Amino acid sequence: MAWLVLEDGKAFAGEEIGFWPAAYPPRGGEVVFNTSSSGYQEMITDLAYAGQILTFTHPQIGNYGWHREENEAGKILLKGLIVRELSAGEGSFHADGSLEDYCRKHKIAGLKGVDTRALTRYLAKYGYRLGVLVKERGAGERFWQEHPPEVFRPARPLVYQAGTAEEYLIPGSGPVLALLDLGVKRNLLRCLQQRGYCLYVLPAGTPAEEILALKPQGLVISNGPGAPTELPEIAAQISKVFSRLPILGIGLGHQLIALAAGGETYQLLCGHRGNYPVQSSLTGRATMTTQNHGYAVRRDTLRGTGLQVLYTNLNDGTVEGLSHQKYNILAVEFYPEGAPGPENEAVFTRFDQMVRGRAVHA
Amino acid sequence: MPKQKWRKVMVIGSGPIIIGQAAEFDYAGTQACRALREEGIKTVLVNSNPATIMTDREMADLVYLEPLTLEFVTRIIEQERPDGLLATMGGQTGLNLAFQLAQAGILQRYGVTLLGTPLRSIKQAEDREDFCRLMQEINEPVPASTIVTEVEAALRFAAQIGYPVIVRPAFTLGGTGGGVADNAEQLRLIAESGLKASLIGQILVEKSVAGWKEIEYEVLRDGGGNSIAVCHLENMDPVGIHTGDSIVVAPSQTLTDREVQMLRRSALKIVEALGLEGGCNVQFALHPATGEYVVIEVTPRLSRSSALASKATGYPIAKMAAKIAVGYRLAELSNPVASGRSAFSEPVMD
Repeated sequence: MAWLVLEDGKAFAGEEIGFWPAAYPPRGGEVVFNTSSSGYQEMITDLAYAGQILTFTHPQIGNYGWHREENEAGKILLKGLIVRELSAGEGSFHADGSLEDYCRKHKIAGLKGVDTRALTRYLAKYGYRLGVLVKERGAGERFWQEHPPEVFRPARPLVYQAGTAEEYLIPGSGPVLALLDLGVKRNLLRCLQQRGYCLYVLPAGTPAEEILALKPQGLVISNGPGAPTELPEIAAQISKVFSRLPILGIGLGHQLIALAAGGETYQLLCGHRGNYPVQSSLTGRATMTTQNHGYAVRRDTLRGTGLQVLYTNLNDGTVEGLSHQKYNILAVEFYPEGAPGPENEAVFTRFDQMVRGRAVHA
Repeated sequence: MPKQKWRKVMVIGSGPIIIGQAAEFDYAGTQACRALREEGIKTVLVNSNPATIMTDREMADLVYLEPLTLEFVTRIIEQERPDGLLATMGGQTGLNLAFQLAQAGILQRYGVTLLGTPLRSIKQAEDREDFCRLMQEINEPVPASTIVTEVEAALRFAAQIGYPVIVRPAFTLGGTGGGVADNAEQLRLIAESGLKASLIGQILVEKSVAGWKEIEYEVLRDGGGNSIAVCHLENMDPVGIHTGDSIVVAPSQTLTDREVQMLRRSALKIVEALGLEGGCNVQFALHPATGEYVVIEVTPRLSRSSALASKATGYPIAKMAAKIAVGYRLAELSNPVASGRSAFSEPVMD
């Protein structure tokens, strides 16, 4: 028996899975949930979940095993996972291993047998909560009496850990793009590569001058973990290239573009993690998108920034995408590269047109 | 919002409940009648089956318990003068009647508009040759097949595509003379008897995908080209065992997200190419080890799977298909099972 103890004292029981050595400091972070019915592997390896404990609302996880080629990153920064029922993964004929083997190997702790429905309803009602994974409930309660909520706050924003430390090149025969790596997913790289781009993947802290010195024909700002408001230094660099390059921002990249233009962001009560419908204000078309964001752009702060809303969430009306009235800027809060979830071709096509000079803003 | 306001719509039911055509169509038809009445549309129901809740007085404004034949339905149209006809709720019976009414010029004569998926889309989905041609155009794989009139041609084709192959004689009485061949020896025997059994001396030789995973997608598409995969289903038994004899699980449990998305993308592409307006089922065979897939068939109407998918997800597919038929876009409708959310949604766990 082991426990997830939330900062407000609420506790959920389960059984240990993955990595639980005898002496190990309590592991914790923000507890979030994802409502998708497939794609647990892509979620676990999505660096935008860095520092978080991920709960799956789908009642059985691990059922199709673990597939090497489905990892979205080479490193794992997730703090823990919580499932209702863990499957050994007999359901696949071509798996490389099981979910639990992977967790053990990569030192991820988790709980199974948790009433994930109760936990999800609790989070949906009261909003985001921090939690610790502990072997005894009392230890968790003591932990929160002795520690402030800032205990799990990293010394440096997580994007610097999630993104690449060194610049690297992905060759391609098409236009050269700079990609600011805040925790990029492999499938985004794959999608851009398939469109022929040559990619300079750059560390999160790369200054605008260095980006421009590469003479790229466009800039991509990837998704990543954490709060956009903790990254004013990156927003400042982005604002310097607004008028110089076509820009595509995704997830955290979308939020940073809004901040760079003078807009504001806020933390959602319990975030969007799973599949959500969005509608384009340009075409009126609705599409399903895959999302993972705890922050959103405040619509009423966009006036005067030059940005306009391009995609709106059909469920709660949140801003899910932006374009610029003057510059070639396209930003989406959802993952156009899917993985897990559906890809959104239209976003890449529009960016293609911006880079290859066939269309401009608005 | 719908461009046109419909005054009176006729709904065709599925007739008697028989094996293979069961109560799921009552479920669909009942939901459709309710959805139309919500819109203030007068509904006229024709169904020969008195033993269904659908023909209870409170479901439709007018109920005709009459035989589902061209003659009777024509007379009802003459009398009621509906301006719309909804024929995709009553299984194959409903669709066949719609074809007959269109062919006999009845719909045109009385100014009745067929609502939902247009007839040419339905025809394209149901006619094997038309369908395969369309799949080729949009680059979606179907099992390799050919029509031959002699045994040697069948053997040559099988040698080219590999065994096992399925032999289906064209125009037989009672479907006799076909079978699955694992090698040339078997094929020679089956092809011979098949050619004899066919009234026109033709057999179809098709690559067998027996043993592959059988996966289905329930798709809704509105007239504006917005589509969603409401649900995907995985049959416990592989291709080769009829879905009606198998247990079906929703959502699929053994597919990776990459496989789920690959088939979803294909299903949405197919309904887009067909120009469907309403509900539809797309059936796939997926190789368990290699991830290769083929499109087996498309059912361009509400089916048994739609009813199962509605029950599994809580999403009222038939009701939404009826709203689409009278001109709504999915994004204009709210989700009746998740308050405050859009009907343009793919069910999730919460």
